[in-house]
Amino acid sequence: MKVLVGVKRVVDFNTRIQVKSDGSGVQTDGVKFSMNPFDEIAVEEAIRLKEAGLATEVIAVSIGGDKNQDTLRSALAMGADSALLVKTDDEIQPLMAAKILKNLVEQQQPKLVLLGKQAIDDDANQTPQMLAGLLGWPQATFASKLEIDGDTAAVTREVDAGLETLSVDLPAVVSSDLRLNEPRYIKLPDIMKAKRKPLEVIDLADLNIAASASIATLKTSAPPQRQAGIKVESSEALVAELKARNLV
Amino acid sequence: MAAYRSIYLNDEHLAFRDSVARFVDEQIIPHINQWEEDGGLPSELYQQAAELGLFGIGYPEELGGFEADPFYKVLSTIEISRAGSGGLMANLFTHDIAIPPLILDTQHPLRDSVCTAVLSGQQRAALAITEPSGGSDVANIQTRASRDGDDYVINGSKTFITSGMDADWFTVAVRTGGEGAGGVSLILVPRDAPGFTRTPLKKMGWWCSDTATLYFDDCRVPVANRIGPENAGFPFIMQNFNNERLGLAAQAWGLANAAFEEALEWAQQRKTFGKPIIHHQVIRHKLTDMRARLDAARAYLFEITWLISKNQAKPADLAQLKNHCTDLIEYIAPEAVQILGGAGYMRETKSERIFRETKVLSIGGGTREIMNELAARQQGWL
Repeated sequence: MKVLVGVKRVVDFNTRIQVKSDGSGVQTDGVKFSMNPFDEIAVEEAIRLKEAGLATEVIAVSIGGDKNQDTLRSALAMGADSALLVKTDDEIQPLMAAKILKNLVEQQQPKLVLLGKQAIDDDANQTPQMLAGLLGWPQATFASKLEIDGDTAAVTREVDAGLETLSVDLPAVVSSDLRLNEPRYIKLPDIMKAKRKPLEVIDLADLNIAASASIATLKTSAPPQRQAGIKVESSEALVAELKARNLV
Repeated sequence: MAAYRSIYLNDEHLAFRDSVARFVDEQIIPHINQWEEDGGLPSELYQQAAELGLFGIGYPEELGGFEADPFYKVLSTIEISRAGSGGLMANLFTHDIAIPPLILDTQHPLRDSVCTAVLSGQQRAALAITEPSGGSDVANIQTRASRDGDDYVINGSKTFITSGMDADWFTVAVRTGGEGAGGVSLILVPRDAPGFTRTPLKKMGWWCSDTATLYFDDCRVPVANRIGPENAGFPFIMQNFNNERLGLAAQAWGLANAAFEEALEWAQQRKTFGKPIIHHQVIRHKLTDMRARLDAARAYLFEITWLISKNQAKPADLAQLKNHCTDLIEYIAPEAVQILGGAGYMRETKSERIFRETKVLSIGGGTREIMNELAARQQGWL
C-alpha cells in the first residue's frame, strides 16, 4: 500500500506572531518556519503504517517555494521514502491545494492519503475534505486512531459526544487530529541520510491546473489586547458580573 | 532553541539544531532542577540521548557514530546548555574526553566493544589525568605503572575526575617511563580492576555530575589495555585537550546565552515602579551590552569551529577561544543574577546555577593562566 502524505511549511508554532503594519498579513521575514504540526502527525502515522508492514511506501508532498524542500527533508528524515515538491511562489488556497493533490494522487496512485486536519497558519480545515470530494473518495477527518484492515480503514474521531468510529473503503483520504500519535524525535544521523533520499521538484505550471483563488484576504489584524480582570467579593457579586456581561 | 543566524550553518545544521532543541525542551528542561538536587541523571536519559544520536556525533559509523562536521557538536552543546546545567553536559558527555584516544588506537583489543557500549549509552567512560600533586603540570604526573609479566601494576591516585564514581571505563594517564612528557602512557582501566577504589567529592556546582578521587593500590591491568605505544601517551593527551577546549568554549557560550535569555525574559515580566524593569534604561542597556558580547563571542566560536573543520585551527586558537568564552560567562552570569535580583539568588533559576558553574569552566580542561601561556608559546612569541 502506497501512502501519500501532505506537508505544509508554516510559521513555527513557537513564534510570536507579529502583524504587518499595513494589515496585509503577518511578518515572515527572519521568522522560523517548520512543518505544520498536524502534518507532522500525519507523517508519523504513515511511517508507523510502514513499520507495521501495512504500507510499502511513503511519499511526502508539499506545495510552495524552494524553502519547502527543508520541510520535505524533515519528512524524509522522519522516515518517508521519497518526496515531491510542487513548486510555486503563488499563494495557494485550499481548493487549489486540493486540485494539485488530486493531480499527484492520479500520478502516484496511493491507496491512502494522509493530511493534517488543518494548517496552523490559515486554520482553514478544508483541503482534505475538498480533495476527497474531487477524487470521489471516502473521507475520514480528525482521526485520533487509524486501523487498516485489508481494503478498509477504521478511523476513530473525537466528536462532541465522545468517540465515533468510521469504517471507510480504501482508497480514502484521512486527516489527522492532535491525538493520533506523538511524532518521533528525528534521529540526528537520519538528518544526514535524508539528503540522499529522492526529492523531485515539479513546476506547478507543468501540471496544467487552472489557477483558482476564491478567497480574498481583506485585512489582518492582531487580536485585541487582553484587559486586566477584576476581583469580586462574593459568589453573588460574581454571578451579577457575569450576568451584566451576558455570560450566564 | 537558541536563536542565531550564521553564514556557517546550512539547512542540515538547522534541522539538526531543531531536533536537539525539541529533545531538550521535552526531555531535559522539565526535569533538570530535580536531577541537580538528586545529584545524578536517570539511566533512561543515557538511552534516550544515545538513540537520538547525541553521543555519536562525529564518531566512526562502525562504532555507532555518524559522520558530522565540528559544527554539529557545537550546536548540540549550545542547545543542551539551554537547560542551564553544565553538570548535565559534564555527566552526559564525559566520554567525549575519555574515548577519543581509544578511537585512534585501532589495534586496541577493547576498542570496538568499549566504544560501541559507550556510544550506545550502555556504559560510561571517564578520563583521569589530574593528580592530587597537581593538575596543570601534565608532563610530571606521579601515578606509576610498572610491568609485571603481562600486567601493569598501577600505584598512585587521581583527583577531580568527572564521572569518577559512575564510569565503567577509565582512560588513565600513568608514568611508564622516565621523567617528563616522554614517560607517560594511557591505560584503559575497568571499574572492577583489582586494587582500584574511588571516593566521591562535593562541589560548588555541577551537582548532577559526579566527581571523584581515584586510588590505585597495586591495581593490576593487562598490558594489552594500554592505549597507543608505551611512553607515547602525552601527544594523545594534548590532542584530546583540544577537543575538550572547543566543547568547554561552546558550553560556556551556551550557558552564558541561557543566563541572558532568562534575564531578558525576567526583565520583560518583572515589574518595579509600575512597569516591567526592561523599561528602566539601566536594565535594557545592561542587556544590550550582554547581547553584543554574546554575539561577538559566538562569531569567534563559529570562526574557530570552521577552522577546525578545515584542519587549520592551532592549539593557540582553542586556548584563546576557551579563555574568551569563559571570560564571557564570568561577565554574563553575575549580570544575569543581578537582573533577576533576589530570584537570581534562589535555587531553581538557571542563572543561580550558571553563576555557580562559571569557575569550573575557567579551571577545568586547562586553567585560564595555562591557556594563555600555551597560546603565547605555541605562537612562538618567546
